[in-house]
Amino acid sequence: MTDTHSTGPFIAAIDQGTTSSRCIVFDKDGRIVSVDQKEHEQILPKPGWVEHDAAEIWTNVQEVVSGALEKAGITRSDVKALGITNQRETTLLWDKATGEPVHNALVWQDTRTDALCKELGRNVGQDRFRRETGLPLAAYFAGPKIRWLLDNVEGLRERAERGELLFGTMDSWVIWNLTGGTEGGVHVTDVTNASRTMLMNLQSLQWDAKICESMGVPMSVLPEIRSSSEVYGEAKGELAGVPVASALGDQQAALFGQTCFAPGEAKSTYGTGTFLLLNTGEEAVNSYNGLLTTVGYQIGDQKPVYALEGSIAVTGALVQWMRDQMGLINSAAEIETLASSVEDNGGAYFVPAFSGLFAPYWRSDARGVMAGLTRYVTKAHIARAVLEATAWQTREIVDAMQKDSGVELTSLKVDGGMTSNNLLMQTMSDFLDAPVVRPLVAETTCLGAAYAAGLAVGFWPDTEALRVNWKRAAEWTPRMEAAQRDREYKNWLKAVERTMGWIEEEN
Amino acid sequence: MARTIQSLERAAAALRLLAGGERRLGLSEIASTLGLAKGTTHGLIRTLQQEGFVEQDEATGKYTLGAELLRLGNSYLDVHELRARALVWTDDLARSSGESVYLGVLHQQGVLIVHHVFRPDDSRQVLEVGAMQPLHSTALGKVLSAYDPVAHSEAADGRREAFTEATRTGLGEFEKLLDLTRARGWSADVEETWEGLASIAAPIHDRRRMPVGAVGITGAVERVCEDAEGEVHAVRARLVAAVRDCARAVSRDLGAGRF
Ligand SMILES: Nc1ncnc2c1ncn2[C@@H]1O[C@H](COP(=O)(O)OP(=O)(O)O)[C@@H](O)[C@H]1O
Repeated sequence: MTDTHSTGPFIAAIDQGTTSSRCIVFDKDGRIVSVDQKEHEQILPKPGWVEHDAAEIWTNVQEVVSGALEKAGITRSDVKALGITNQRETTLLWDKATGEPVHNALVWQDTRTDALCKELGRNVGQDRFRRETGLPLAAYFAGPKIRWLLDNVEGLRERAERGELLFGTMDSWVIWNLTGGTEGGVHVTDVTNASRTMLMNLQSLQWDAKICESMGVPMSVLPEIRSSSEVYGEAKGELAGVPVASALGDQQAALFGQTCFAPGEAKSTYGTGTFLLLNTGEEAVNSYNGLLTTVGYQIGDQKPVYALEGSIAVTGALVQWMRDQMGLINSAAEIETLASSVEDNGGAYFVPAFSGLFAPYWRSDARGVMAGLTRYVTKAHIARAVLEATAWQTREIVDAMQKDSGVELTSLKVDGGMTSNNLLMQTMSDFLDAPVVRPLVAETTCLGAAYAAGLAVGFWPDTEALRVNWKRAAEWTPRMEAAQRDREYKNWLKAVERTMGWIEEEN
Repeated sequence: MARTIQSLERAAAALRLLAGGERRLGLSEIASTLGLAKGTTHGLIRTLQQEGFVEQDEATGKYTLGAELLRLGNSYLDVHELRARALVWTDDLARSSGESVYLGVLHQQGVLIVHHVFRPDDSRQVLEVGAMQPLHSTALGKVLSAYDPVAHSEAADGRREAFTEATRTGLGEFEKLLDLTRARGWSADVEETWEGLASIAAPIHDRRRMPVGAVGITGAVERVCEDAEGEVHAVRARLVAAVRDCARAVSRDLGAGRF
């Protein structure tokens, strides 16, 4: 990025994301040396269905790896290891002998398995597999997606039962191809990706035979579950000889990149939606407040580190809505200008339950509400309410996490597009009554994958060395009076109540 | 009230006539409505056309409002947009320079800090977004004064307080500093505002080459300046290059061409 070139050796990280694949080369200080990126097609065959062409993705991955090395002016011998992070839960089946996908990948956002999940939860409910897997029955996760493919694509179940097919999330697909594909590619996944299939037992970190059985997934298609940071194999082809040494789901990679290595450390990524993960240490904490229990990471043969995860469906998306649907601003950043033109929300609250309330409420009958409107309220107050909505939703998740884990949040590490909004970050700190910290390297997801790969090959000695690399770029500290915070929170909760029960016929 | 300029009034009247809905008017229609000779109207419209405020439809020869007028309304660069665009580059500058980074814009009689990246060590620092700095003595302020005429008149006409012994308060020496800034493309402040601190800054331009802000680093004199035996402290060339790289990268992101 600048003229002060870092000297090698380097670690390369591949981020196989929902809209694009990227490769970033990092130096020993964790500084970005080069980036290459390529988008792939979003295939939308029907409303609610989202697919990716896995062959296109593999081609793109190869291209961005070459591109990033070229931009950095380095060769494969300068690259000590390759790490992988990926969109989670996106599901692929391919033919072991030919290496050809047997169907497009079903993307995590795809809702075609809604009915199947309801069916699986009949009698027992959404939490049928929660104790073993940490997850509620929901359309996102990979297990039901495998089942859908086997049930609905001609001949697949028979081929799967004959042992001709392999399943993988995008980490497995990329690693299998990198390490040789049909010529001896290794068929593995890591604990974090496996923890999003609904097929892995959180305690044993192995596939749960009973659940696979009731989900109708033959275990022969499943990859071997490995740690997030170890050498899975050596790359073939262009990167011949480079160890492929890490895999982490994208949100877990961000947790790792933010160096949240101690229990109580948490990160929150603010994009279209928001994902908050709290490190709970060696204990898998059950959630009674609507959060997910997931594996945070596992380094080699060390014990796994667990995390609680809460997601907010609509955060940056609400700012986009103000821009595109309401036309009140020209760019996302302008929300801050509009919101800063007033001192407070003027009594207005905005709960963007556009498709129901998620964690910690899980109410699909809720819809969005603007509450507290008077003649006094202007568009600037609404803009403020928009930003406050993101901050309050974060507070609700943090409260739920503290209830479940008993761990007090000491500070929140943030990343993602919305962190450039100063007013939002200050508001967040005020509402949480805790410091909010932004790190110097914004690319925490790729960085996490690079860190995990570097650890596996001894490029970095231990997690302490990575902590030293973590630098604070900004910190916001609370400035709000407790009484005011409590009053505002009460108002917010009242507004949330008013969203519920809007949809009457929930079926 | 000062004397008004007739041709500007006429131009304004012509623009008003073309405004509102999808209006297309011929030259003679404009002339007769404004009560002007065709020749006068033609001169008027041609000037507006050159400025991009009026466009002529090739097929019909009729006139409409030009795209530049729309742009005029939106041309003001939102400071939060500026921060969002500058974020990655200012992070990178903090990392490569090891110093804290500030992004400033002109606001009233001073520099408003709209973005601040901490110095990447583990020391306690406080976010200074929203703080004001003086125009005449800081590196950011001198860059803005050198490139933005509004900033220049604020600094030249305003009171130039002596913060330290090094502050240049005389108009002549201040103007000389600005000339130097324009010639080099960057500015420095070595203990002119704060004892013990030195800064380097460079201008950020938008796609029409308008100066929209300045970016710079601030740190201890010992780190920002060369070790000098004598009295004159020169800032380190490596840091100047890093600051200018960053300013160029942000300008490029805003659409400014190479320069
Ligand atoms: N300054 C800002 N203030 C508020 N929201 C912003 C700002 N900048 C970007 N956003 C929002 O952040 C989102 C983009 O962030 P990004 O991290 O790129 O998200 P994603 O990876 O989900 O696409 C958009 O939804 C946008 O509305």
